[in-house]
Amino acid sequence: MKTKKKFIVCVSAIILTLSINSFAGSMDMFNNEKGAIRIAGGTAHIPVMKEAAARIMTQNPDIHISIAGGGSGAGIKQAGEGLVDIGNSGRKATKKEITRFNLKMFKWAVDGVGIVVNPANRVRTLSQVQVAAIFRGDITNWQKVGGYNKRINLYTRDNASGTRAVFWKKALKKGKIAANANFVVSNGAMKAAVSQDPYAIGYVSVGHIDSSIAAVAFNGIQPVLANVQSGRYPIARGLYSNTKGRPTGLVKKFIDYLFTEEGQKIVTQKGFVPVKYF
Amino acid sequence: MKHEKIIAKLFFLSAFLSCLITFSIIGFLLIPGLPLFWEGHLFAILTTPWAPDDNQFGIYPMVAGSIAISLLTIMFAFPLSLGCAALISLEDKNKSGIFVRKIVEMMTGVPTVIYGFVGIFLLVPLMRDFFNAGSGMCILTAALMLTLLVSPTMILLFCDSFAQVPKSYGDAIMAMGGTQTQKFLYITLPNSKSGIITGITLALGRVMGDTLIVLMIAGNAVQVPGSPLDSVRALTSHIALVFAADYSSPEFKAIFACGIFLYIFSSILAVITNFTRNR
Repeated sequence: MKTKKKFIVCVSAIILTLSINSFAGSMDMFNNEKGAIRIAGGTAHIPVMKEAAARIMTQNPDIHISIAGGGSGAGIKQAGEGLVDIGNSGRKATKKEITRFNLKMFKWAVDGVGIVVNPANRVRTLSQVQVAAIFRGDITNWQKVGGYNKRINLYTRDNASGTRAVFWKKALKKGKIAANANFVVSNGAMKAAVSQDPYAIGYVSVGHIDSSIAAVAFNGIQPVLANVQSGRYPIARGLYSNTKGRPTGLVKKFIDYLFTEEGQKIVTQKGFVPVKYF
Repeated sequence: MKHEKIIAKLFFLSAFLSCLITFSIIGFLLIPGLPLFWEGHLFAILTTPWAPDDNQFGIYPMVAGSIAISLLTIMFAFPLSLGCAALISLEDKNKSGIFVRKIVEMMTGVPTVIYGFVGIFLLVPLMRDFFNAGSGMCILTAALMLTLLVSPTMILLFCDSFAQVPKSYGDAIMAMGGTQTQKFLYITLPNSKSGIITGITLALGRVMGDTLIVLMIAGNAVQVPGSPLDSVRALTSHIALVFAADYSSPEFKAIFACGIFLYIFSSILAVITNFTRNR
């Protein structure tokens, strides 16, 4: 009995030191590093990028990391043209883009795209057919899908958005989007617009869903982390970081960091599905 | 003497440089845009809809959107500016006039992003509830916000041109027993026609060229507007939104057409301004 207890204490001590080591390890690689990393592109990535950057920069004041949006298209283009070191995209780069820019893709998380409405709206579930009809402009009143007798205001993203690309393909089945849909420029702007407009419907990265907007179940499946993880929730995509050619130096370390235990923990914390388990 | 020659040359050089930059911009726009002219597509681009999924890259909805926003803005801003300018220049020492002028001068320095911000959080919900149609992001909302943006410039320009009317003209009409209103309507206004036209054209150019306010609060929907409450996309917002597309894609080529259109439009306005000033 006693030996067993001792054994457990021993093992847990070993695990503890190991885990501390691995934690220190993920930051260790930035020791004595200097310089700047420029990141731009996909707006779904921003919460993770910001958190990772904040942690690295507090530990290593000589490293400066700048993060900008612009959308997946901009991320791929700017990385390909050498304007930024890392270009994020919420979709795979096309074959054309990969060969032209010699892109290297790193998929560090899986993300769902959730359909969202204003919290004042009582609609909490929609079928694929209803969603497609709403965005096509065939259903224009919330009453038809179980809501109040109010018109529907559509919000969508521009063509450079990876969030739009996956939503269009998997939720709308490549159907048309009505011409009177309002366009917003980022996941953050979508959240702001839907939280302001009581009759709005839009779509955001699952990581961006909070109490200011209400998630709508798609074909009865809630857009939550667990469902994205299990693959039950169908509107999902990878989150990629792209570099021109193989990354080196600080940029490589930053990308490596995203795949460490700590990096993947940030991914989970921000509401995305990690790609590695520890 | 020697100094003068050097200075003259320096000035010539800077003038030459700014001309060069202007021309190289139009060159930059025309060279990638030229294929559009050759293939006779320019007219088609200006008159067809935008539907990248169906291989249609016309910018007609954006042209219509820009024009609708600009005209509505001038409709609001012109009477407002004229009234303010009249109040400021009416009498020599009116306290309210001086106060208004100080505020107007302050307003010229407000960055457009502030107006966009105020618009999205204050004006958009107000418009949505008031008209109970659409999302509140529409031509009318953008035009109201842009009115705030361009009015100060217009007011100050109008004031300057009112001040250039010789004081003796006004004194004469007052001596004959005219009222302040008569003085303004029959003396000041007709004598500052060119200043007023300059003000309007400059304001039009600024509204057409503004990107941030329209991008933030006009809604950016790709449609030809049917009412002031429709959400529209301006040419400038279109460039900003499509810019992220692939460089070699037809989408990207189409935004050169937007650039050319904006350039031609502002050139025409500049010519009009010059013409009225010289008269």
